[in-house]
This record gives sequence, structure tokens and C-alpha cells, in this order.
Amino acid sequence: MSDLIPEVSAVELEHLHADLVRRAARHDLLDVAYRTLDGPLGSLLLAATPLGLVRVAFDVQDHDAVLVDLATRVSPRVLAAPGPLDAVARELDEYFAGTRRVFDVPVDLRLVAGFRRTVVQHLADIGYGRTASYAEMATAAGSPRAVRAVGTACALNPVPVVLPCHRVVRSDGSAGQYAGGAAAKLALLDLEAHAGA
Amino acid sequence: MDGPFEQVVQQHGATVLRVCRAVLGPVDADDAWSETFLAALRAWPELDQGANVQAWLVTIAHRKAIDIVRRQQRHAVPMAELPDRPSAPDGRDLDLWDAIAGLPHKQRHVVALHHVGGLPYEDVAAVVGGTAAAARRAGSDGIARLRQTYVTEGGDR
Repeated sequence: MSDLIPEVSAVELEHLHADLVRRAARHDLLDVAYRTLDGPLGSLLLAATPLGLVRVAFDVQDHDAVLVDLATRVSPRVLAAPGPLDAVARELDEYFAGTRRVFDVPVDLRLVAGFRRTVVQHLADIGYGRTASYAEMATAAGSPRAVRAVGTACALNPVPVVLPCHRVVRSDGSAGQYAGGAAAKLALLDLEAHAGA
Repeated sequence: MDGPFEQVVQQHGATVLRVCRAVLGPVDADDAWSETFLAALRAWPELDQGANVQAWLVTIAHRKAIDIVRRQQRHAVPMAELPDRPSAPDGRDLDLWDAIAGLPHKQRHVVALHHVGGLPYEDVAAVVGGTAAAARRAGSDGIARLRQTYVTEGGDR
């Protein structure tokens, strides 16, 4: 019998989905909004809470797995909703085009705590086109001997690119590890070294 | 449940819309769909792990659809003449909604819940009342009638 009921078109469902997102936001039920953004480093997953940008994730981190993690650690009320991420998507586009040096969107750092959070907060102090060593970051975060912990904190930065963990490099000047892969880190450092803006 | 709600919308959005359409017809179904998923989004974190998500959604959708029917009945204004039927993109689809709307009340709801929504007869009986066996009978009567009227009207289906 259900073969008699006409199929539902994808366009109809898209309209309904957009309406659901609006209603959810109005009722304070849009706990995590997300979208993807295509750029020179592949597809970036962007996710925000009502407080601000909560997660940026690279392709290699598996977007589906990141969404499951957000559902578990923030709230399962997760919806694909580009609106709340328009501003950060625009700023990232400008950054990748070399015309933006500083991000000024609100960031929600609820996914990191303690020393890691302190380190992540200090990332924004490293200016565009500059780098700092893991040891320098440890000192800046108030624990000069915690060099290894700084490495961990950078690896777990929930909002890479926007908070520039790619600017933290090894003391010998080599780039070191990166959540988006070593090549992505080099590409960002190269972008900042050559952007005219 | 602790999974991302977006997956629920992707997996079950179409089925829920078809259930709403079977109960309400194509015009008011959108409202019922939105109210269903908004209510489900609200309750999602408290839903037991392992619950049958589709059955849960179909039951909510049916309740929301009935709420809309009741609201319409409360606000119904007697009219001298029936308004024109709303147009559907495919004339044949509209005939089907007419055919479903023409079913006796219980048959229509059993068809919506079981045949369109995939709800087991035990659960259907809990929603519409009576026994599972009675729901099953109403369902097959509804389908037989639908095949008769709709296939006759619609031609090749």
C-alpha cells in the first residue's frame, strides 16, 4: 500500500528542514548548529552553540565522528543549520583569500578545560604570519616545563585555524604535527607568509 | 538518546511527512511535520537508548495531526459553498489524498499508522483503541477499499 502514497521530494524536505531550524532557534532548542565550508584545505566542519563557535574540524578528523562527539559532549540537539555560522564562514573565506588576519567571531571553549584551555586561549596572542615554539607557549601559559602538555593542548584545540595552533612550531623551526595533517599546517604557514594584506 | 538529532530528520523526515499527509491531506501536513520534529527535538535527549525511533516519531506525528484536525473543527466557519480544492502538482496525487480522506475514520488512521508509518499493529491498537486484530482488519479493509477507489480513479496504479 505504501507504494500508493506518493514519494516525498527532496526539495519539500529541504523547505521543511529550514522551517524546523527556525522554530528550533526560536524555542532555544538549537543547541548545536553546523555546516561545512569548502576551502583550500578541503571541507571544514563548523559547529556553533548559542554562545559561539565550538568546533572546527578537518576532513581527516571524520565529520560524522565529530558530530557524534558534539552530540555526546555538548547536546544531542544537533541540526544542520548554516545561518548561525554565516559570519565565521565569511571570515574563513577571507582568511583563505589572504584578506583577513584576525577572526572576531565569538568562540565557545567548553570542550577544553584547565591547562589546555589556558593554552588554547593564548593561541590568539601569536600574531598573523608569526610562530611560537611549544616551549614559548608553555611559558606564556604559566608552566614553562609543560612543553609536552602544550603539544597535547594544541592537538586538542577545538577551533583550529580560528585559534591558530598552526602557528605553534618546534624549537628547531620545523612545523610539527597538526590536527588537519602536517601538509595543512605548512599550507597555512605559507599562506600567512605570502599574503599581501 | 545521545546521537545527533540531524540524523533522525534525515532518516525519518520523509516517512513522517507521508504519515501527516495520510491523516491530514497534503495542505496541512507541513505544519504537523514541523510540530512533530520540534516536539521530538525537545524530547530527544530524554528518549531511552534503544527506543524504536520511527515508531516514536510516527506516534507523535499522528497526535500532532489530530491536534490540527481538532483545531480546525473548533475554528470551522459554516460556509454556504465548499471552497475549491487546493491544487496539487500532480492531479493523480490529489485523487489519492481524496481516496484516503474518503476512508472510514478508523481505516484511515490505521492505514496512516501501519501501512505508511510502519507502526506494528500492537502499537496501532494502542493509539486507535481496540485490539491488534481489529486494527489489522480495519487496515486490510482500508487497503482493499483504497485499491478499489484509487486504482479505478487513477488508472494505472
